[in-house]
Amino acid sequence: MRIDSLEKLERIKETHKVEDFNDPTVKKILVCGGTGCLANDSEKLIEFLNHVIKARKCSEKVKVVKTGCFGFCEQGPIVKIEPDHVFYVKVVPKDARTIIDEHILQGNIVQRLLYKEPINNRKIEKQEDMPFYKKQMRLALRNCGLINPEEIYEYIKNDGYSALGKVITQMSQDTIIDIITKSGLRGRGGGGFPTGRKWEITKKQPGKTKFIICNADEGDPGAFMDRSILEGDPHSVIEAMAIGGYTIGANKGIVYIRAEYPMAISRLNTALFQARELGLLGQNILGTTFNFDIELKLGAGAFVCGEETALINSCEGKRGEPNYKPPYPAEEGYWAYPTCVNNVETLANIPLIILKGSSWFSSIGTEKSKGTKVFALAGKINNVGLVEVPMGTTLREIICDIGGGIQDGHLFKAVQTGGPSGGVITEKDLDTPIDYDNLLGVGSMMGSGGMIVLDDRDNMVNVAKFYLEFTMDESCGRCTPCRIGTKRMYELLVKITKRKASMADMDALKQLAYMVKNSSLCGLGQTAPNPVLSTMKYFWNEYMELIKDVDHPQGEGKYKAKNRERIEV
Amino acid sequence: MTSTREISAIKSDHDLPEESFKELEKYIDSIKTTKGALIEILHKAQEIFGYLPRDVQLFVARKLGIPGAEVFGVVSFYSYFTMKPMGKHTISVCMGTACFVRGSDRIIKKMKDTLGIESNEITEDGLFSLKDVRCVGACGLAPVILVDDKVYGRVKEEDIEEIINNYREK
Repeated sequence: MRIDSLEKLERIKETHKVEDFNDPTVKKILVCGGTGCLANDSEKLIEFLNHVIKARKCSEKVKVVKTGCFGFCEQGPIVKIEPDHVFYVKVVPKDARTIIDEHILQGNIVQRLLYKEPINNRKIEKQEDMPFYKKQMRLALRNCGLINPEEIYEYIKNDGYSALGKVITQMSQDTIIDIITKSGLRGRGGGGFPTGRKWEITKKQPGKTKFIICNADEGDPGAFMDRSILEGDPHSVIEAMAIGGYTIGANKGIVYIRAEYPMAISRLNTALFQARELGLLGQNILGTTFNFDIELKLGAGAFVCGEETALINSCEGKRGEPNYKPPYPAEEGYWAYPTCVNNVETLANIPLIILKGSSWFSSIGTEKSKGTKVFALAGKINNVGLVEVPMGTTLREIICDIGGGIQDGHLFKAVQTGGPSGGVITEKDLDTPIDYDNLLGVGSMMGSGGMIVLDDRDNMVNVAKFYLEFTMDESCGRCTPCRIGTKRMYELLVKITKRKASMADMDALKQLAYMVKNSSLCGLGQTAPNPVLSTMKYFWNEYMELIKDVDHPQGEGKYKAKNRERIEV
Repeated sequence: MTSTREISAIKSDHDLPEESFKELEKYIDSIKTTKGALIEILHKAQEIFGYLPRDVQLFVARKLGIPGAEVFGVVSFYSYFTMKPMGKHTISVCMGTACFVRGSDRIIKKMKDTLGIESNEITEDGLFSLKDVRCVGACGLAPVILVDDKVYGRVKEEDIEEIINNYREK
C-alpha cells in the first residue's frame, strides 16, 4: 500500500492498528533491544515472555515489544510495562514468568525488580521519578525505548513523517531554511556549525544534482549516541534526510555508517525498505513532485572518516583522507557536486523543529546553543548510559544527579569530554553550564558527546597516552605534522610513563603539541594534542611525579618556568 | 567477464577456492556501476574469503581496471579490512575509553598471555584470532569483549580462561 497524500498519512495515523499502540486495555511489555541489553540476554527474555504469554493464553491482553535503547545501560536489561509506566531493571530471562503472573495477570508490581536508589535504598516504580531520567529532556531520543524501531506504523502513530508531509506540501525551501536557522540548531557532530546556514549554502549552489549525507561514522571511543538513535529510531533520521533533501534540492541521500554497527545497519535497512513500500521514499512522495531515496555506504573503520571531506572520499570508494577546505563540501562534495553532510543527532532533531516550530526549540538551551545534547556517559560512574539534557545543564548535574556519582565511593577526579579531540575538565569547572562555547572556554569541547568520568584511581598521563595512541593509529598519514608529530608525542609519553623522561622531554612534548595543533591539515591532527595539553594544564604534578631529571629533581629550573606558563588549550 | 583461465592465472599457486572467485565476480558483475564501489566490493570479498590476500586484491583490481596499488592503498587504510586469515573464532577486545578506564588493557594482556599470541595474530591451531577494536558502543558493560558476535560484559581477568575454554570444547 502506498501513502500517496498527506490526508492518507493523517488517516493512517488515526486509524491504523499497530500492536495496539494506543489501546489502554492492552498491556505492553517494552523490552530494551539496545546493544547493552541484548548482550545481557534481552533477546532470550523476549522469547521467554512470549512463551509464558502463550502458555497463559493471554496474548489478547498483552504484547511484547522490542524497542530501542532506554539509555540506562548500567541497569539493563530494562523492561517497561505500559500503560502502567512501571520500570523494571536488571531483568533476566527467568523473571519472565513472574512478570506475567504477578504483574500482568494479578496487577501486582514486582518489588524486587524495581530500581533501587543507591543512596537511600528507596525503590522507584516509575521512569519519570528516577533521578536518572528526571533531569533529562529527550528530544533526539524521543522515540528510543518507546516504539518498535522495526515497525514504521508505530513511528507514524508517533507523528512520524508528518513533518515531511508538512514541508513538501506546504512549505517553500526558504521557509524551511528560515525555521531551522531561527531554531538555532547547530551541528551535533562536534563542530557546532549552524545547520540552517549549511542547508542554505548548499541550496544556493547552482546545478541540479546535489546530495545529502548522514554522517553515522561514530569513531569516537566511548560515544554511542548515533548508534542508539539509528537502532532505536531509524525513521526519524530517514525523515529528516528527506526534509533536508527537499530543502537543498537533493534527490539522493547517503547514510555513511560504520560497518562495525551491524544492528544499526540492519534496522536502517528494514526502515528504508518499509519507507519505500509505503511510498515515503522514492518517486512522487506523498503525491507531490518530490523524489528522494537513500542508500547506505558502509565505512571500514577509520576515525578520520568522521571528518566530512574524508568521509566523502570514503563514499567514493577511496582512502578516507581529508581534503583542503575550501572548497567546502557544500560547494564541491560527493563527486564534486554540492553536498550537505549532517550528523545523525542533528538530523534526529529536524522533524521535531518542523512540527513544533523554531521558537519552541530556541526556548530550550543557552543563548548560543539551543536545544538538547545527547551524551554517552561512561567511565567510573554509577549510572552509565545515554542521557539527553538541555544545553546549559551543568556537568555537576549530569555527573552527580543523573549519573549518580562515582562508583565504589571513590573521589571524582576529572571528566573527559569530546573524546580524543577534547580535554579534561576538573572539579573547579563542574558548575559550567554545558554549551559549545563554554566547553571550549574551559579547555575542552563538545565533540560528539562522549563523556568519560575519571576517578582518583586514574593516572592522567596514562589517559593522555591512551588518546594519543588512538590518534596516532588513526592518523591518515596524509600530512606530516599529524603523521609524524603524533608518533613523536606518543614516544615521549611512553618515555614519561616509563619514568625515563627529563624536563627537556616535557618541553619537547609541549612544543610538539603546539606544532601539531597549528599545522595539521584537518581536525583530527589539529585537536590530537588537546588531551595532552589539557592534562598538562590541570595535572602538571602527575607528569612531574614521573619525571626523573638529575639537574632538576623537583622539576624546578628553567624548564619548569617555561612550561608552567603559556599552557592553554 | 573474466574467463576461468584468467581466474586461475591470478590465483596462482595459492589454495583459494575457485568458487569464491566466481562468487565475487558474479557480485561485481551484478552492481550497476563500479564507480566508487571499491569499498563495497572489498566488504563483499572479505565476507566471501574471510580476508583479503594479495591475489584477491589483484583480482578485484583487474576486474575494475584499476591499479593493484590503488586497491592495496584502500585495503591497508581501513582497519576493518584484514590481509591475514582469521581464526575460527575472532576475539575482539574493546579498547574504547570507557573500557580502558575500567581496565581493558589488563584484559587484553591476559588474553594475549592465555592465547600466546599478539593482536591481529592467529593461534597455531587456527581456532582463535585476537583483535583490539575501537569502541563496541556497549560502554555500560565495560570492559567488554566479543567472541565472534557474542558480547561479554564486565569481564574480569579471571573470567578469560573460562570464556576461551567454552569455544575450545566445541
